[in-house]
Amino acid sequence: MRKLEVMSTNTLPTALAEIVDDFQALTEPDRLQLLLEFSKGLPELPERLKDHPELLEQVVECQSPLFLTIESEKNPDGGARAFRLYFKAPPEAPTTRGFAGVLHEGLDGLTAEEILAVPDDMPELLGLTRAITPLRMRGMTAMLGRIKRKVAAASRLES
Amino acid sequence: MSYPVEQNEKFAAYANPERLVSTEWLAAAVADGAVADGKLVVVESDEDVLLYETGHIPGAVKIDWHTDLNDEITRDYVDGAAFAALAASKGISRDSTVVIYGDKSNWWAAYALWVFTLFGHEDVRLLDGGRDKWIAEGREVTTDRTQTSVGDYPEVERNDAPIRAFKEDVLAHLGNPLIDVRSPEEYTGQRTHMPAYPEEGALRGGHIPTAASIPWARAAAEDGTYRSREELEALYLGEAGLEPGDNVVAYCRIGERSSHTWFALKYLLGFDTVRNYDGSWTEWGNAVRVPIVKGAERGSVPASLVRN
Repeated sequence: MRKLEVMSTNTLPTALAEIVDDFQALTEPDRLQLLLEFSKGLPELPERLKDHPELLEQVVECQSPLFLTIESEKNPDGGARAFRLYFKAPPEAPTTRGFAGVLHEGLDGLTAEEILAVPDDMPELLGLTRAITPLRMRGMTAMLGRIKRKVAAASRLES
Repeated sequence: MSYPVEQNEKFAAYANPERLVSTEWLAAAVADGAVADGKLVVVESDEDVLLYETGHIPGAVKIDWHTDLNDEITRDYVDGAAFAALAASKGISRDSTVVIYGDKSNWWAAYALWVFTLFGHEDVRLLDGGRDKWIAEGREVTTDRTQTSVGDYPEVERNDAPIRAFKEDVLAHLGNPLIDVRSPEEYTGQRTHMPAYPEEGALRGGHIPTAASIPWARAAAEDGTYRSREELEALYLGEAGLEPGDNVVAYCRIGERSSHTWFALKYLLGFDTVRNYDGSWTEWGNAVRVPIVKGAERGSVPASLVRN
């Protein structure tokens, strides 16, 4: 399989690139506030997943419990399948929820190719490392890594 | 000026009852305007850097363990100048009564309290049960920005020796009691980080020879408050085998969970000499040629390291 990772910002999907721009335009305290907004905006799990916690995987690298799963759906135009992302994190973990919110808004509904092209160090682009600390950023990077691994595995099965 | 100390039966049994306040007491003090008029400074210190922003006790200020209390470059705490600037910016003066609370049964709150103690801040107390108990009881929280007037805080040189142990101190301490407050899996060496927590890179697993395993959470009740004096004695004097007057070192992974145990030993049971080894397993598990014991047994100090 061709390796799609290119470590540069111009491989970011449009929605994610816009989020990165929004963060970078702000001062550090405002970036934290924006992350808090994303934590509030993280959608609830659909009922069918709420009733089946075993369908979600825990990302253990996150300091707070964070569960996620992906599903792919057929593109009505007959193009590549779109991946849907689902996250669950408790309200007492706003930092973790906030980053899940960023990934949801930035990646939900994209194709495997688009998601796999996101650089692994994309979380660093949000400019939060100093405010959040490198230790806490590690969980964020792990979350993205887990999504990419799951998408890669699923798209291999489907091709 | 120091704010009056809480009197209740549970706290009275502890060696230093003035180090704890209950949620009822704090709620009454808030209602009395003690926070608004600056007699009392309430500090929230959490693991999650954004939790305070989702709602905090009215009038509370936030101190982040990592960005505020740790030096950004050296693995150490901030110096006297930085601490004075931080305290003053939070409306804390040298003679302020400070009450600290936080998430996870006060891990980070106890850690912040320990750092305040390194600087010799005299009147610093912990909210028994912390943030979770306050919220579970349906008490008021707010997202209103806390307005503070700048405090008057002198530059005080940190005094580490009485309550902080470095690796060399721990080596010299071997033969005296140690309390390992990590999970049983970390103690035995099955894993080098907390279950469900990030791997923080310790090359070796296990524990410091002779350390007793008393996971920190055993000092806390279901509601996050500290257990009674009697229960704590059963744990530390009974099970761990400490004797009154012992010189004790507590450690965990980076010194946060062991701050919770340090508080229990120092202020609730009244051990005079209790030090927190903040280097903890992320230092010991990476250090060259320090003795390590694997498995559930406490083990013994290697003959070459036994001091007379």
